[in-house]
Amino acid sequence: MANPFRIHQSSQGDISIFKVEGYLDAHTAPEFERAIQAEIDAGRHRLIVDCEGLTYISSAGLGVFMGFIEEIREREGDIKICSLVPKVRQTFELLGFQQLYHILDSLPEAIQKFTDTPRWEG
Amino acid sequence: MSVIERKFLLQVPSSTENLAIVREFLNKVGQQAGMGDDEVAKVQLAVDEACSNVIEHAYGHDSSKEVMVRVSFDHETLRIEVIDTGQGFDPSSIPRQELEELVAQRKTGGLGVRLIQKLMDEVHYEVGPGKKNQIRMIKKIAR
Repeated sequence: MANPFRIHQSSQGDISIFKVEGYLDAHTAPEFERAIQAEIDAGRHRLIVDCEGLTYISSAGLGVFMGFIEEIREREGDIKICSLVPKVRQTFELLGFQQLYHILDSLPEAIQKFTDTPRWEG
Repeated sequence: MSVIERKFLLQVPSSTENLAIVREFLNKVGQQAGMGDDEVAKVQLAVDEACSNVIEHAYGHDSSKEVMVRVSFDHETLRIEVIDTGQGFDPSSIPRQELEELVAQRKTGGLGVRLIQKLMDEVHYEVGPGKKNQIRMIKKIAR
């Protein structure tokens, strides 16, 4: 199956933006994990994952968000999530991710959130 | 009144690249069963999680093994069985932890089992390590 998952990476100041497309399951999650890990290794800890093009997520994809968040917050950073399509939002919410992450409606709002609330305060 | 039951069977090599095929299979069967898009999406995710657990845990990514998905439906109910012959998996071995605790401990395991429970109406595990393990899931069809 061609290009089931794609990541487009960009930055705005010290914020790294990952636009993810396609589906994020146990097959494609390792690619996402490597991309996030590389960013942390490069000392960048303010990340936005823009999910506008993400059509599907399973627990393997959600696990990537969970696996890094503690380390990133210890380094004064955060992962903010934006632009979830309804089906994907439902999966995040089924597990209660809205209690653990800032989930914003759009990329500009996610960028603004880093200005307003750079750190997760629960 | 006689009840007509339709049965479908999919068998794929135990590799995560086949999860997309499993999901597409469930999409077609769910549509034929008359389920709405939202219900089909829940079934797809639950079965993806069950198959991912088999591929990763029961077979340890050994793609020479096979994962079997059996689906049947009648007017009211969709029944799915995910079957493997690998190492048994006991879901009760997963501690019930809050998401916050898992994050603090940097653990990500057990999310799939949790999702399956939330998505399906009934979930039953039958474990026979090395012989036959199966997870049976039932989803009522909203009419």
